[in-house]
Amino acid sequence: MTINEKQDEIISEFEFLEDWLDKYQQIIDKSQSGQKMAEEDKVPENLIEGCQSKVWVKAEYNAEDGKIYYQGESNTDIAGGIVVMLVEVLSGHTPDEIIESDLYFIDRIGLKEHLSPTRSNGMLAMVKQMRLYAVAFKSKMGL
Amino acid sequence: MGLDTNKIRQDFPILAKEIYKKPLVYLDNAATTQKPLCVIEKITEGYCDCNANIHRGVHFLSQMATEAHEAARENVRSFINAASAREVIFTRGTTEAINLVASSFGDSQCSEGDEIIVSQMEHHSNIVPWQLLQARKGIVLKVIPFDENGVLKVEELNKLITPKTKLVSIAHVSNTLATVNPVKEVIRIAHEHNVPVLVDGAQSIPHLAVDVQALDADFYVFSGHKIYGPTGIGVLYGKERWLEAIPPYQGGGEMIQKVTFEKTTFNELPFKFEAGTPDYIGSTALSAALNYVKGIGIENIAQHEHELLEYARTRMAEIDGMRFIGNSPQRSGLVSFLVGDIHPYDMGSILDKLGIAVRTGHHCAEPVMQAFGIEGTVRASFAMYNTKEEIDILVAGIERARKMFQH
Repeated sequence: MTINEKQDEIISEFEFLEDWLDKYQQIIDKSQSGQKMAEEDKVPENLIEGCQSKVWVKAEYNAEDGKIYYQGESNTDIAGGIVVMLVEVLSGHTPDEIIESDLYFIDRIGLKEHLSPTRSNGMLAMVKQMRLYAVAFKSKMGL
Repeated sequence: MGLDTNKIRQDFPILAKEIYKKPLVYLDNAATTQKPLCVIEKITEGYCDCNANIHRGVHFLSQMATEAHEAARENVRSFINAASAREVIFTRGTTEAINLVASSFGDSQCSEGDEIIVSQMEHHSNIVPWQLLQARKGIVLKVIPFDENGVLKVEELNKLITPKTKLVSIAHVSNTLATVNPVKEVIRIAHEHNVPVLVDGAQSIPHLAVDVQALDADFYVFSGHKIYGPTGIGVLYGKERWLEAIPPYQGGGEMIQKVTFEKTTFNELPFKFEAGTPDYIGSTALSAALNYVKGIGIENIAQHEHELLEYARTRMAEIDGMRFIGNSPQRSGLVSFLVGDIHPYDMGSILDKLGIAVRTGHHCAEPVMQAFGIEGTVRASFAMYNTKEEIDILVAGIERARKMFQH
């Protein structure tokens, strides 16, 4: 699936959830059922510090298929659900696809407010960090 | 006498607000209180009717504004029962007042190896100014611990005080644990050793009747915005002999008597500590807030908030996995808690979507969190306008959030 196809899938999951609490329940469930990172990967180098929540994101470049694979987890379920969705959307794509992606699902599922730098869950920092990994791999691999 | 909260709530315009189409339940009063209309109007009135820079103005408006500012000082004096209005210094808030003492008292009275004693439950604003003094003067910062219930181990104070101790600086009420500290006892012990005491009144001024002379406090500090007044205005009370003994904090206009390039002499109290144009609009609005509190009666407010707090703790204790952080029998104003392993940020985010404003995190008291081995708490804090119905909404909200995270 392309990045946009994956985004559309998430949007359709949220489409019928009108109540805010139902949307949050969906986010919480994504966090709780999401793949957990290995404890040894939850190190300061992988930490994206929000004001109150901790989020770890790890990125690996697979030279064989030329794609980046992310892992992410948080100590809170709300930031955790958000990072799970970001990993779901961006993982398994080339650095160029990730750098050029337009993450419109955030707005469409009603989480745009979470992208504000004044929000304390660090979503903006997560997106930035994940793109930065793509830029770094691109230059490192001379792509 | 019970408070007529219906009537009181009508005085606070913001309380009629809806958040996400739900009635606002404002339980973040320890961070800041909402303002009654009389305070808001006083600010507008100040700028519409009485605005001119104060002191030394020969014109009518300036004299009018000066009188209002000095009347506000007198009102603060009477509210905390200071002996003289000369002992009431206007600051930007509690933080600035503590920094003033740490600078003026600390720099003039402390040398390398001298000691300042604080408690383990202090807000960062009663820790960091002393650490800055530590960096400047090489003082030693000592800490009175608290027990597992968050009760101050006051008996430790006698062991901590030495001939090198220069000051004890302690919160009257903890902003995280709700503990009401026995400051009168602390002051008595410190004074036996001739050590002065600063009381951080940020969390006591809106909840308890404060009499600085009965306490025998050497310094008492508070913020206007925690007692229904505006932000940016606060008070440093200091015994006259201390304020006379220590040098000015900042230099500028207002605080001088005579300036030449050779020598400057300083103004008398309280102006010596009020460099620059004072916030005379803020001081008069704070005065209006104090009048409002007096009108309701601080004893009545204390009784109402005590009933709210005990009701909240009883109802919240019924929730599965509820853990209170802070169980001092002497408590006031707030309840700090955790539910199961739900992160405070998660709990606070769901409560927010239900229109309930609480605070989450370490509440600027990280050493308290370290003592309990936790990252933060959820804190619900009360004011005179809160009701039992709002506590019921909070309890239902916590229960609903709990089910969302533990299903």
